[in-house]
Amino acid sequence: MSVLIFVESNKGKFKKSALEAVYYGAQIAKQKGSEAIALLCSPADNPAELGKYGASKVIHQNLESHTDNMVVADLIKQAADANGAEYVIMTNSSLGKSLAGRVAIKLDASLVSGATSLPESDSVSKKLFSGKAIASIKLTADKKVISVMGNSVIPEEIGSDAPVEAGSYTARTGRVTVKESKTSDGVVPLPEAELVVSAGRGMKGPENWGIIDEMAGILGATTACSRPVADTGWRPHHEHVGQTGVAIRPNLYIAIGISGAIQHLAGVNNSKTIVVINKDPEAPFFKAADYGVVGDLFDVVPRLNEAFRKFKQ
Amino acid sequence: MNLLVCISRTPETTAKISFAENNTKFNSDGVNYIMNPYDEWYALVRAIELKEAVGGKVIAINVGGPENDIVIRKALAIGADEAVRVNGDPNSALFTATQIANYAKENACDIVFCGKETIDYNGSEVGAMVAELLDQPFISYASKMDVEGTKATVERDIEGGVEVVELDTPFVISAAKGLAEQRIPNMRGIMMAKRKPLAVVEATAVDAKNEIVSYTMPAGKSAVKLIDPENMDELVRLLHEEAKVI
Ligand SMILES: Cc1cc2nc3c(=O)[nH]c(=O)nc-3n(C[C@H](O)[C@H](O)[C@H](O)COP(=O)(O)OP(=O)(O)OC[C@H]3O[C@@H](n4cnc5c(N)ncnc54)[C@H](O)[C@@H]3O)c2cc1C
Ligand SMILES: Nc1ncnc2c1ncn2[C@@H]1O[C@H](COP(=O)(O)O)[C@@H](O)[C@H]1O
Repeated sequence: MSVLIFVESNKGKFKKSALEAVYYGAQIAKQKGSEAIALLCSPADNPAELGKYGASKVIHQNLESHTDNMVVADLIKQAADANGAEYVIMTNSSLGKSLAGRVAIKLDASLVSGATSLPESDSVSKKLFSGKAIASIKLTADKKVISVMGNSVIPEEIGSDAPVEAGSYTARTGRVTVKESKTSDGVVPLPEAELVVSAGRGMKGPENWGIIDEMAGILGATTACSRPVADTGWRPHHEHVGQTGVAIRPNLYIAIGISGAIQHLAGVNNSKTIVVINKDPEAPFFKAADYGVVGDLFDVVPRLNEAFRKFKQ
Repeated sequence: MNLLVCISRTPETTAKISFAENNTKFNSDGVNYIMNPYDEWYALVRAIELKEAVGGKVIAINVGGPENDIVIRKALAIGADEAVRVNGDPNSALFTATQIANYAKENACDIVFCGKETIDYNGSEVGAMVAELLDQPFISYASKMDVEGTKATVERDIEGGVEVVELDTPFVISAAKGLAEQRIPNMRGIMMAKRKPLAVVEATAVDAKNEIVSYTMPAGKSAVKLIDPENMDELVRLLHEEAKVI
């Protein structure tokens, strides 16, 4: 028996979510008295590092691209079979989500995607209804596939470098070719951002975004916006958060001139701390906020930027 | 082209969520249902546009009971040519995906469209399962798609950007924002929908592999702490010392 963790790397580095998955898998292995094995299918500068978060071994089999989930799922299946995996763990990323269902079918396994807790008697928690409820779901099949929601566990260093072994599985031929990949360098993408500064229609127009960019710059935060702001072209679409946009779970979400409609909250209510700046004390967002400032954003934001700047010095 | 669009029914976002039978069942009393937005706005409309461009037909498929017929009729009113409801309780992604894959196999579908996720169970599970059951490629979170002959070029959302991929039909795709522009059904569509075929077939049995043990409500936020707009240093201090997020 073992726990197999499929680990993603990005430009040779492990994101926090990857380490969370390893740590999560290692905790299950500890519960079950079994072994946590990491499967890595992309380049990594230091795969042995996964041992620090609990992997007892790293199987490294490089694929040119992860885009064809048929190919990746097939490798995971081979590794799961070869290592008698009872649990297969992955990140609830765009890749993880496209793999989890495939792998569950291949292994005839139970699946929970987006789990927010470690299994307890094979049951895990998961948020439903855009965060309005939590379900406890029991995985009843012999084999179990779980994709782990970001920020569900805090990875700790619990071990040392793990042995790395070259994978000897055969990758099947893919049917999808990547033509182009356009990612913005430098900024942390929204789904992974720890700090997010977001603004809405209260900004009046795109020409006023300087103060938002400034705040994001001081904090090293990623910028986001409400849907109407993206729809009217004030900001790019990929910044739109909410039920129909990106769902995020940063440590800090600062919402400026956003009313807090339920569809907006659906994408941001998993944030650890929410700060709301709005001139209307009745704005619904205040009910979901930890800290609130009632005031005109054009006064408040420059002052807050000043305070952040002072703090950073 | 045979285009199959998976349509699900979900509670409206503003619906009040509550549970019954000792918190083991969703309480549907007084809940308004809608077609899952990703299915309606993006998957269905892109399929219809494609059919309008290259010919063929759009079939809407739903797994569920007769209470779902309203949303299926809406799909027909928007422009699907025919519909099928697989009669059964869509209580798991595996059950639902099995029914959809069975239908797609029997009817030689070129592209199976589904939504990015259902907004109630937030699973993003069905599409990948259908693709695996069909042994076909799965392109998730498509925000743009062009098809020429059997070749498709798809733009999909990935963390922090987009990726452009190419592949041949048949395949399964999940629709994200951008894939199409929402269409509102017009009077003519609504009238025509009444005459379009809605077949009902019985579901095949599938062994459940998950069991919902209980539902709980998330702990409510404690009341917001209001900070004097003149004193932003205090907010920064609280974020640093109390919330420990900066
Ligand atoms: C099915 C569906 C899905 C949706 N999905 C999403 C989604 O994913 N994401 C999303 O964001 N929305 C979504 N919406 C839209 C949502 O319902 C709201 O309309 C939208 O979030 C409102 O955006 P806003 O808060 O920026 O604008 P408004 O509601 O117009 O709010 C502007 C706020 O700014 C404040 N303000 C104005 N001037 C100032 C000032 N000078 N200083 C301080 N405060 C000021 C106002 O008091 C107000 O609260 C969806 C809607 C539907 C029906
Ligand atoms: N009961 C259902 N009938 C038909 N299609 C469904 C059903 N449930 C889910 N789907 C499709 O699968 C997609 C993803 O659902 P989910 O995996 O539940 O997030 C939805 O957007 C629909 O396109």
